[in-house]
Amino acid sequence: MTLLQFVEGPMWYFAATVFLVGAAWRVIGLLAIGRKTDLSPAKHSAAVGFIKGNLRHFVPRTTFAERTWFHWLAGYAFHLGLFALLFFAAPHVKFIEQRILGFGWPAMSRTWFIIAAEIAFAGLIVLWVRRIADPVMRQISDRDDHMGSWLTFLVMLTGCFALGESDPGLRTLHMGLVNLWLIYFPFSRLMHAFTFALSRGYTGAIYGRRGVTP
Amino acid sequence: MTAVAATATPAASAERSAAAGEGTRAAAAVDMFLKVTDAAIASYLDACVHCGECAEACHFYLSTNDPRYTPTYKLKPLVKAYKRHKAPFSTLMRGIGLAPAELTFEELQEWSELVYDSCNMCGRCTLVCPMGIDIAGSVRKMREGFVAADLAPEGLRSAEANALRTGSPMNVTPKALKATIASQEKETGIPVALDKQGADYMVILSAMEVMGYPEVIGSLARIFAKAGVDWTISTKAFEATNVGVQIGSRETARTLVSRVVDAAEELGVKYVISPECGHAYGALRWEGPNLMGRQYKFEVVHILEVLDKLRREGRLEMRDKDKRRITLHDPCQIVRRGGLLDEPRALIDHVSDNFVEMPMSGVTNLCCGGGGGVSANPRAHENMNAAFSCKLAQFKAVDGLELVVSPCANCRTTLEEGLENYEYAMPVIGLGEFIAEHLKD
Repeated sequence: MTLLQFVEGPMWYFAATVFLVGAAWRVIGLLAIGRKTDLSPAKHSAAVGFIKGNLRHFVPRTTFAERTWFHWLAGYAFHLGLFALLFFAAPHVKFIEQRILGFGWPAMSRTWFIIAAEIAFAGLIVLWVRRIADPVMRQISDRDDHMGSWLTFLVMLTGCFALGESDPGLRTLHMGLVNLWLIYFPFSRLMHAFTFALSRGYTGAIYGRRGVTP
Repeated sequence: MTAVAATATPAASAERSAAAGEGTRAAAAVDMFLKVTDAAIASYLDACVHCGECAEACHFYLSTNDPRYTPTYKLKPLVKAYKRHKAPFSTLMRGIGLAPAELTFEELQEWSELVYDSCNMCGRCTLVCPMGIDIAGSVRKMREGFVAADLAPEGLRSAEANALRTGSPMNVTPKALKATIASQEKETGIPVALDKQGADYMVILSAMEVMGYPEVIGSLARIFAKAGVDWTISTKAFEATNVGVQIGSRETARTLVSRVVDAAEELGVKYVISPECGHAYGALRWEGPNLMGRQYKFEVVHILEVLDKLRREGRLEMRDKDKRRITLHDPCQIVRRGGLLDEPRALIDHVSDNFVEMPMSGVTNLCCGGGGGVSANPRAHENMNAAFSCKLAQFKAVDGLELVVSPCANCRTTLEEGLENYEYAMPVIGLGEFIAEHLKD
């Protein structure tokens, strides 16, 4: 078994299992903590509030735009760029079709791949530089924040290297890092990719009952 | 770890402090942190990505640029306890030595300032948070751990002791209330029914209103007399202020809510009117039933809702409209966290010809700086005064502003003191009084 076969075979299955089981464990674990029924008579629907809370926080409030536009722009650039790369890069679509779902969808062209990658890299680098340069960010950041950023950066970087599929070594490196990223994911703050919906939703539901979406 | 009950009184807590070691007090805080961390709080602590946006909404940070005042940083002790003991994978993380270290008493002492002196629980940080985290609500819960460890500030502990002893954090006794009401009856010529069995509405008041703005009672009497509202005040439970919610003592909060509930149910009223006070509304309307473990036999309505209902029914006839250039200060707990955004605006429009919104008004309004027990905590007054600079800038952004309407007596006092400290002349008035001033004779 070559190293490439290992990272795309046993290690991939192990990493994917850790990711799926770990992420599910964490989300279910959060929900299982439970919450007492709110006995105060509601003015409005908590369920509607849950949805509104989730949607409302996709859009930054103009009141804070002057002080936060830069962070929001970088955040959206990174996340949208990463989303495009993850689900529409040609090798990813092929991998998903052949190894996971059994079906695929149209992939983006190489030009769009480069544009998406540049946007994602720009966003990630700006966010990380801010993390080490801004006094607030230095105060609140911990090891996990840096680990998550660097692992994601390396996965993206090696993914770009491996795009040409000319060198099995580059593909091996990329898949190895992807596996590490998947294994790290459920134990880290990267889990916000799932927990954001709970966090926004709880606030939306609690205050939605009162008739407001903060 | 030993579970320690929440503090009942400062005297009891002082006694326990002397007996309990620092380790025991830290353990008591951790126990309480874990107890108050439900799925909502856990999801907040889990979802925070340390993006720092919340700092940009916090007036304590904006006025000082001190990164320690970043709202999410204030939650650190709660996060540590949760991640060490309760989070999914916490057992695994402890086993491999990657869980946060156990909280120490020194850390809690350090954080007491961040939790009590530099957070109004105004909830503005939630608006800017991409994860929608209710940091204010989490701080509210977190304070219960600080009470368990006897680390609440002295000012709030005194207010709590007063409330438990006399029913009022400012020691307003039934005798003092009756004297104030008698004086208002004399001034308005309208009698106020005390302890009236079967009245439609029972009005409760904040200590600040009774002590600082007694004309509020006269204003209500005039409005209700004109509108034909059947109302009363209970001499057994007239205090709306709930210092238990501010300090973080569930036991005290429940005791204070139950006094109002018992009195209202004994009188058989249909509604209890929460006054122009921010946290009192949340305490009675939203937290109260959960503290009591049951729903009430009456409805809780805010005075703004009642007045707006009277307006809509045509029972609030105005003599004239105010011509001054006025604006509205939106109290956080009534508007951002209480959902009463439109009512005060509709009422002001009913009375004023020259109402203008401040920048950032409404749900995103800046807190006065005195909420969440900060104004009752002398240790925090320097912070409060610094934070007021943000509020002042908001006022100054309105050209030719002549009057500020504040439908919260605590906000009103904080605003008046802040304006005086910054030597900026600007009158502040309650909404009920503003309406009463223009009521048709």
